[in-house]
Amino acid sequence: MTAIDPTAHLTTEQIEELGRELDAIRDEVIAGRGEKDAAYIRKVISAQRKLELVSRGVLLFSIFPPAWLLGTAGLSVAKIMDNMEIGHNILHGQWDWMRDPKIHSTTWEWDHVSPSEQWKHSHNELHHTYTNVIGKDNDLGYGIMRVDEDQKWHPFHLGQPLWNFINACFFEYGIAAYDLELGKNLHKRRRKNPEFRARAKAVGRKIRKQVLKDYVIHPLLSGPSFLTTLAATFTANLVRNIWTHSVIMCGHFPEGVQVFERRSIKGETRGQWYLRQMLGSANISGSKAMHFMTGNLSHQIEHHLFPDLPSNRYAEVAVKVRALFEKYELEYVTGPLPKQVFSAWHKVFRLSLPNKKPKVKTPDREQELVAA
Amino acid sequence: MTSAALRSRAWKLLEMVTTPLLPSDYLDLVSPLRAGADLRGRIEAVHPETGDAATVVIRPGRGWRGHTAGQYVRIGVDVDGVRLWRAYSITSPTDRQDGRVTITVKAIPDGKVSTHLVRRAKPGTLIQLDQATGDFVLPQAKPAKVLYLTAGSGITPVMGMLRDTEFDDVVMVHCAPQPQDVIFRNELHDLVADKKLRLTEVHTDTDGMLDIARLDELVPDWAERETWACGPAGLLDAAEEHWTEHGVQERLHTERFRPGIVVAGDGGEVTFSATGKTVDADGATPLLDIGEEAGVLMPSGCRMGICFGCVTPLKAGAVRDLRTGEITEAEPGVLIQTCVSAAAGPCDIER
Ligand code: FES
Repeated sequence: MTAIDPTAHLTTEQIEELGRELDAIRDEVIAGRGEKDAAYIRKVISAQRKLELVSRGVLLFSIFPPAWLLGTAGLSVAKIMDNMEIGHNILHGQWDWMRDPKIHSTTWEWDHVSPSEQWKHSHNELHHTYTNVIGKDNDLGYGIMRVDEDQKWHPFHLGQPLWNFINACFFEYGIAAYDLELGKNLHKRRRKNPEFRARAKAVGRKIRKQVLKDYVIHPLLSGPSFLTTLAATFTANLVRNIWTHSVIMCGHFPEGVQVFERRSIKGETRGQWYLRQMLGSANISGSKAMHFMTGNLSHQIEHHLFPDLPSNRYAEVAVKVRALFEKYELEYVTGPLPKQVFSAWHKVFRLSLPNKKPKVKTPDREQELVAA
Repeated sequence: MTSAALRSRAWKLLEMVTTPLLPSDYLDLVSPLRAGADLRGRIEAVHPETGDAATVVIRPGRGWRGHTAGQYVRIGVDVDGVRLWRAYSITSPTDRQDGRVTITVKAIPDGKVSTHLVRRAKPGTLIQLDQATGDFVLPQAKPAKVLYLTAGSGITPVMGMLRDTEFDDVVMVHCAPQPQDVIFRNELHDLVADKKLRLTEVHTDTDGMLDIARLDELVPDWAERETWACGPAGLLDAAEEHWTEHGVQERLHTERFRPGIVVAGDGGEVTFSATGKTVDADGATPLLDIGEEAGVLMPSGCRMGICFGCVTPLKAGAVRDLRTGEITEAEPGVLIQTCVSAAAGPCDIER
């Protein structure tokens, strides 16, 4: 929480007007969705499948270093595409309007150890509804990190750069644990809860299948290339994990992004909800390829405003959204990937140490809202 | 081990290779019409029939089990990126050598799918198919005398019959606004010239609607004929009444194309069919709230339209999106977000 409220200059009417303007942007995209968009996602899915097939094929000969390199690179990209532009976005229901049961949030399963169903709950529901609200949005520091000056410091936080690095390497497992709310559920009483056990079992099943595929079956199919294929798959998973972790860190952690107090969201209006999404997210600037490889999460701000709009539309939406930021004199946090990654990591390091309480008290947003 | 068991083992192994996808997800990339795939078809040609009707030639996938003359097929077509399902009568004979089937579609005003098929569908396009179905078919034992009573595109299932089975004594009464609106007119006239059919065309623009009582004059022995009738509800209702009055209703077979037209209103009676509850809803309250108040177990999440945790099949009726005002009508496979949808007329939610 910054000492100075970045929305202090806005009146209630202005915030509601902002909400209406954002709704209008949304309606326009929805009215214009059509054949081209459908063709886009189909093309991406088919390209991903072909790339994965070819890469796995090449890895059958991964005993030869060039084949290893090529196959590993291809598989890494295929896994990133699967998780980001395809999986993440389909699971958000961005493509449900096509009414194609194969490309639908209720049926899609991704190349990830967290089952789609559970991820949808923790991500779509908890994270997207309570974006950056301390104590409600567990994405904030994933429950293992301190990400804001106002959070209480504990000696445990000294290690957080290390936790964060380990989390990046095994990110999909981190996400699975987080979707299971493992920390909270490992308490004796909770552990026995049948609902939790069923979910834990589902995760176990998914992990078993994924591990079997990546680390047993495909290496075995490679025969003499067993070990090199194993190493290749491990590397591809590592690359994918570090990449997605970096992109996601850039979405909410860089300097300039706001976090909110639990009580500030009580009775939030649509305009206020939009405003929180705007201030709680950060973008990554870059080329078209860059946007594609991040699954358009480089347009995190637009994604948080409109999580169910097709990802291929965020770029055009971004122009209009940015204009609104300017109009309402708000800070549009964006920057190139290295800068944003550095910024996020810098924060992780900085907050691993205790800090003085900020001098200026945070204005009480709830009072402000009631007064307004 | 039997070969079937062996094959299922091999398939299981293949599934482990492709997890979390299925082997078919990859096979579909190269061979969407193969045996074992979800049933699809490829549009191979579109031939105009009249100003607003066209015949679509479809090569069905290997899983197609064929049809009986008079049956229809449901097809799923992507129109503006959205998959829509409609049923069309099959107009090709059952023994067509090249294995293709045809449907003949009349573009109706505001008909998204029919207009798309008649005006914009391109050869090469994949569509989804169901197996042929319907009991508007000919009997095994040939009746001695047959009457086909049709109007507009109601001629399509009957054309399938005409092309498939020859009878010794067939009469057809067909209604269309003008001569040029008669679908398959040349072919019908060829049949007449070959003495395989006696045809009466009623041109409603000049002759007015067919008064069913006129049948006595057009086909004096109508009551002795096994009759297949297809056309607008008005014609079929009149026919059913007429045949019943004369005590020969068992000779009449009818086919209705549009079972119920959804009238989108404001609020209505909501049925939660899985739970068996029915409640009244206004046009402004989300169906999620309506269901919960009625004690139906409704899945939910954000309650504001962003998490897709509340999607539920809409089995019948129509709902309105409370954010955009957009109306969604029930169709197979249609799911709605109950937290941002309200009843737009009576509807049925599968919960
Ligand atoms: S409850 Fe989240 S979309 Fe309906």
